[in-house]
Amino acid sequence: MKEEIVIAGFGGQGVLSMGKILAYAGLMDNLEVSWMPSYGPEQRGGTANVTVILSDSRISSPVLDSYDTAVILNQQSLDKFESRVKPGGTLIYDPYGIHHAPTRTDIKVIPVEAMEATFEMKNAKTYNMILLGALLAARPVVSLDAVVRGLRKTLPERHHHLIPLNEEALRKGMALAK
Amino acid sequence: MEEVKLMKGNEAIAHAAIRYGCDGYFGYPITPQSEVLETLAELMPWETTGMVVLQAESEVAAINMVYGGAATGKAVMTSSSSPGISLKQEGISYLAASELPALILNCMRGGPGLGTIQPSQSDYFQATKGGGHGDYHLIVLAPATVQEMADFVALGFDLAFKYRTPSMILADGIVGQMMEKVVLPPQRPRRTEEEVRRQCPWAACGKGSRKHRNVVTSLELDSAKMEVNNLRFQETYRRIEENEVRFEEYYTDDCEYLMVAFGSMARICLKAIEEAREKGVRIGLIRPITLWPFPTKRIAELAAKTKGVLVVELNAGQMIEDVRLAISAPSPSVHHFGRMGGIVPNPGEIIEAFYSHYPEAKI
Repeated sequence: MKEEIVIAGFGGQGVLSMGKILAYAGLMDNLEVSWMPSYGPEQRGGTANVTVILSDSRISSPVLDSYDTAVILNQQSLDKFESRVKPGGTLIYDPYGIHHAPTRTDIKVIPVEAMEATFEMKNAKTYNMILLGALLAARPVVSLDAVVRGLRKTLPERHHHLIPLNEEALRKGMALAK
Repeated sequence: MEEVKLMKGNEAIAHAAIRYGCDGYFGYPITPQSEVLETLAELMPWETTGMVVLQAESEVAAINMVYGGAATGKAVMTSSSSPGISLKQEGISYLAASELPALILNCMRGGPGLGTIQPSQSDYFQATKGGGHGDYHLIVLAPATVQEMADFVALGFDLAFKYRTPSMILADGIVGQMMEKVVLPPQRPRRTEEEVRRQCPWAACGKGSRKHRNVVTSLELDSAKMEVNNLRFQETYRRIEENEVRFEEYYTDDCEYLMVAFGSMARICLKAIEEAREKGVRIGLIRPITLWPFPTKRIAELAAKTKGVLVVELNAGQMIEDVRLAISAPSPSVHHFGRMGGIVPNPGEIIEAFYSHYPEAKI
């Protein structure tokens, strides 16, 4: 098993943390893991992306030409990464703020109304977890349980009371993608 | 069972330094390696092992603190990225001239000047050909994984003390910033004062019961004596070249072509090679782990049985000079592919560059 994933959006949307939690979930499931961020000023408003590779064998390059799965959070990232999803791959995107929807027909395109869902949940900070949930439903490469355990690893203890809320967001995302 | 952790290369350096029993870290923040100092500050080793962690007022101050600490026989280190490493060059030359062990991390970013904060390998010349003034070498280790970032702290210190010369971990922004699995070494105690005196009889750590006062200096105004010093340094470098060459090979048993790459680029090449091999194109890879001493002999052996060599670097062509020096006539053609400005090529770009030089290899 090898899953090559890119997550891309605006800095501040939780792109890097979503990748990090996914990477920790891979660690929990005893997979080989690579997390390669775009780093620097992107984190403060520009476009940010992260490449996460989960594999049951050695990972060579952390830098990739194309991806099995892309999780896209804004138009710029869609323009950049739609063509780089492997044929037969999966593209998950939030239509909120997207003016030109994906056009490829040789990949599985899954729109996930994640922004709308955060309005329902009355918590904008659940955004990236809703999308991670959608990813788990579309590509179950790690288990929900591993993600929750990953959350416990990445979140400082003072934020552990938020884990049930995150779990709710993950489940919501899973339901939206089905 | 050993605990497997997930962390960035820069964080692994900080953890490994504490666990090695490092006595002091002196640094100044700069992207893409600030996590080293940040992680040390977070871990507060001064409360556990007694390791000193100090944010100096500048890179120049930091390297001179390293010089001072190293002169007393302590295991001390600094880290920076390209522009900061340029500022440290005077101090590094003094460390080499005074035959002091120390560890320096350069997590390279694109240059020249302030350049970019994105990954680069453009300090190869600076690291392997001196960098500062005078005839000297650093032992230069090039990690390709987060695990090697952790492992090369101990290796770098051990080699520095063994040969009394500074060693450098020459990483790049990719290995520094990426997270992957790592098993950290076990915690070692810092050496006691007695152990330091025993291991470093040259150290300026108080005269004690010794008859002579140890003096650590790089200055020698008597030319005849200075040349003796120079000859001794060169003798040390020959011993290092003889004993400490390290490299890793992939698919070299049956290769018709050879790629040479170090650090993160070697990993990107490996993916390109594995994809080409699926189509039957037999490319091998050699990854120098020590950039100095350079695996000259092995590259010559491998090149002799191949039709062509491609050197892939994040620069305009630096290591390629050492590859060309290694290969004697009649030699296969040696080409270079590189990106600059912080741009990292993906595997597809590398294989395209390979076919542009060796179109006959395409199946």
